[in-house]
Amino acid sequence: MKAAILLFPGINRERDMVLAVRQSFRQEPAIVWHKETELPVGTDLVILPGGFSFGDYLRCGAMAAQSPIMRAVKAHAERGGYVLGVCNGFQIITEAGLLPGALLRNAGLRFLSMDTMLKVERADTVFTSKWEKGAEFRAPMAHGDGNYAADDATLDRLEGEGLVAFRYSDINRNGSARSIAGIFSPNLRVLGLMPHPENLVDPLMGGVDGKPLFDSLAAA
Amino acid sequence: MMQVNESLAKSFGLNAGEWGKVLEIMGRTPSLTELGIFSVMWSEHCSYKSSRVWLKELPTKAPWVIHGPGENAGVIDIGEGLAAIFKMESHNHPSFIEPYQGAATGVGGILRDVFTMGARPIANLNALRFGDPALPVTKRVVDGVVRGIGGYGNCVGVPTVGGEVNFHPAYNGNPLVNAMTVGIARQDKIFLSAAAGIGNPVVYVGSKTGRDGIHGATMASTEFDAASEDKRPTVQVGDPFTEKLLIEACLELMQTDAIVAIQDMGAAGLTSSSVEMAGKGGVGIELNLDDVPQRETGMSAYEMMLSESQERMLLVLKPERAEMARAIIEKWDLDYAVIGHITDTGRIVVKHKGVVEADILLAPLAEAAPLYRRPIAETPKPTRLEPVESNVPLDQALLKLIACPDLCSRRWIFDQYDSTVGGQTVKRPAQADAAIIRLEGSKRALAITTDVTPRYCVADAEVGGAQAVAEAWRNITATGALPLAVTDNMNFGNPEKPVIMGQFANAIKGMAAACIALDFPVVSGNVSLYNETEGHPILPTPAIGAVGVIEDAALAVGYGLSPDLSLIVVGETAGELGCSLYLREILGREEGAPPPVNLTTERRNGDFVREQILAGRIAACHDISDGGLLVALAEMALAGDCGVEVIGAGAAEYWFGEDQARYVLAVRDTAPLLAAAAAAGIPAQHVGRSCEEKKLTLPDGLAISLPQLRDAHEGFFPRWFA
Repeated sequence: MKAAILLFPGINRERDMVLAVRQSFRQEPAIVWHKETELPVGTDLVILPGGFSFGDYLRCGAMAAQSPIMRAVKAHAERGGYVLGVCNGFQIITEAGLLPGALLRNAGLRFLSMDTMLKVERADTVFTSKWEKGAEFRAPMAHGDGNYAADDATLDRLEGEGLVAFRYSDINRNGSARSIAGIFSPNLRVLGLMPHPENLVDPLMGGVDGKPLFDSLAAA
Repeated sequence: MMQVNESLAKSFGLNAGEWGKVLEIMGRTPSLTELGIFSVMWSEHCSYKSSRVWLKELPTKAPWVIHGPGENAGVIDIGEGLAAIFKMESHNHPSFIEPYQGAATGVGGILRDVFTMGARPIANLNALRFGDPALPVTKRVVDGVVRGIGGYGNCVGVPTVGGEVNFHPAYNGNPLVNAMTVGIARQDKIFLSAAAGIGNPVVYVGSKTGRDGIHGATMASTEFDAASEDKRPTVQVGDPFTEKLLIEACLELMQTDAIVAIQDMGAAGLTSSSVEMAGKGGVGIELNLDDVPQRETGMSAYEMMLSESQERMLLVLKPERAEMARAIIEKWDLDYAVIGHITDTGRIVVKHKGVVEADILLAPLAEAAPLYRRPIAETPKPTRLEPVESNVPLDQALLKLIACPDLCSRRWIFDQYDSTVGGQTVKRPAQADAAIIRLEGSKRALAITTDVTPRYCVADAEVGGAQAVAEAWRNITATGALPLAVTDNMNFGNPEKPVIMGQFANAIKGMAAACIALDFPVVSGNVSLYNETEGHPILPTPAIGAVGVIEDAALAVGYGLSPDLSLIVVGETAGELGCSLYLREILGREEGAPPPVNLTTERRNGDFVREQILAGRIAACHDISDGGLLVALAEMALAGDCGVEVIGAGAAEYWFGEDQARYVLAVRDTAPLLAAAAAAGIPAQHVGRSCEEKKLTLPDGLAISLPQLRDAHEGFFPRWFA
């Protein structure tokens, strides 16, 4: 699995993502600047990490979604390539139209930084194969705008087609519709989620709960 | 046009004697811009004119100190060719006027002090003091400050991993916001600010200059009054996104050999950065303000020189590398402008629109800076508290104490700070006595903390100063790390009042003694004076930020318990209730002497505890501080979510006394620990055992369920902000 991690100005969890990818993939990911127009040849997986791209000014992810590299990312997704967007990365790919819905201000209007519990909704995807269906795992969250929202028809479709990847299983702190923490594209090759599995991949970080995500991808 | 004269100088904060010196140095009436430069460079904030004579009493050297005070931040050797670069700085005055931006720009400023030296910032901490929680203004300030720290720190992607918060009515009109940043650099890649190379370009990088923050340093050098609200325009506005770009751009540029010298534009902006860089290098500097990137039109030389617009850096570059540097800076969408060059004149010359707006010889500007040995009045030493009578049952007292604003859980606060970004946070807030941050690509980790107990300092500034250093040292020790060095943030009232100056001098005396005894030099710091509103001073608050190192992060311990551990107190309990939280919260009294600090005992007990942790014998460790033994045990139970059966007998002073140099150690096997303690001549006493049942069992047949304890501990902030 050859990964490319996108770097937009203001992204700040790219180093965390490199650590997680390096450990599971046993291969160094490429770092791709947002002004590039092509992904490195042979890229299997594009990762959009967390942070505050363009300061989250205007609207989270809105400006990054217009960066030159995003045209290549859309083409990659249309060809069936894998895309993982975490936190700000999730916001960017919803703004880019790769996934439906939007991430609004947290229900309590405060930044939330703590561990949350997530439930794995399906384990038959390249992102989740190392978990059991229904498994629960811990993941740090750190966001001000993680309140997943979509209209009822979209939510019904996501649930009906099995496109909900993860749900908050302890407390739905940010107010997300139907406790949705992450969703897949219809071909199950694009995943966006708000919490940070990449921040729990080493016992010294406090646990390895997030490692199955990267091990699943490494095995794909 | 303003008339430059003694009265204008006075309004700029220069007294008659200082104005006289300006005239003497200039040999003529200075221009407005020149007066502005003198007034900010000679402000208390920039010149340390009241504090310098005392600060030099602090020990600043050790074999592991690479750069002590005098640089943008302190630099210490942490092994493997790496250096930790750190400093703490106050943003008190702006944070009262405009809490969000005041706190946010405080974080931004201290970050720049650290990355300007070549370090990637890896941790932020803070030390906060607020007024009476019963006042609506306090709630507004707390909310704004917490949001501001989070808003800035979260966005720049530096984890906020620790800190401390106190409340006291003495801070009603004068909250304290002290922010600390720790960064890591290679020892052979440390950047300093001394300019060199005649003709080398002086380059401006970062945000554009606006009219914000003009005379901020002067504002920080006066007391507050009812008119302070009018000073809102002197508070700067932060842009953490630009700061993030600036961090990445500077660190990328630092990988090349382009930089001769670099300094952030902090307090007094372009004035202090250019004056200090040229002054330190023993050269001259000429600036052409026409080329300064400007956010507003029609700015005068005076305004540009005094602006404290944020997120700006001043660089001296090698001329042959200037274009490469421009490419890197512009890649990050930041302004890059050559605004002058280094000269051999020893003068600062500022030109604007073809006119020389300032021309000052640098040496006297620095050397003739005022230095005051201000009069001192000693505060009478308090006497030791007479034995107190209290019939409040243990469980009631504990529940009340652990719920009070000074002891309750800070979760509501740190849940708004990103503490995990970077992927190196080993111990997060409320897991250990110090934050533990691993070094990327290494087994090594830093232990970082901030500490001071202002209620001790107001009673006895010397003991309080020593205690602040000792507690920081103890908190690092309690994780297993070796404490290495200190940054101090001296927050006091008006130094022109002898009592305040006496507090300052005595706090320094206590700090110096502790730093010497504990091999814990001061490598950087900041002084914030005039923390008074309408004549009411704050409690003397010498906040200590400290850094230690542990060679193997996996050996670091926290204070959360697991079941079936024996709990051993190391250190002696005489039952010191003077200035304690028990005395204040339960008995409603603030009096007596603070607990004495015996530095020999402190060192001996701490070295013993660290040795035991590194030998792998200790499952959890917590220092005993605010609230005493029973509070420490309750905190350990809550952090581990398991019960404790407390054993022993004593009165309130035993359970709640704040005697120093004590730790609770949790061990599987008591015998080796007790034997080692006996061999070392260190008091060690069995005080309980952790258990599965989620209950705190107290003597006298009392008990508190863990959920009840947690509810009390966690309740204050969420209820306050519900």
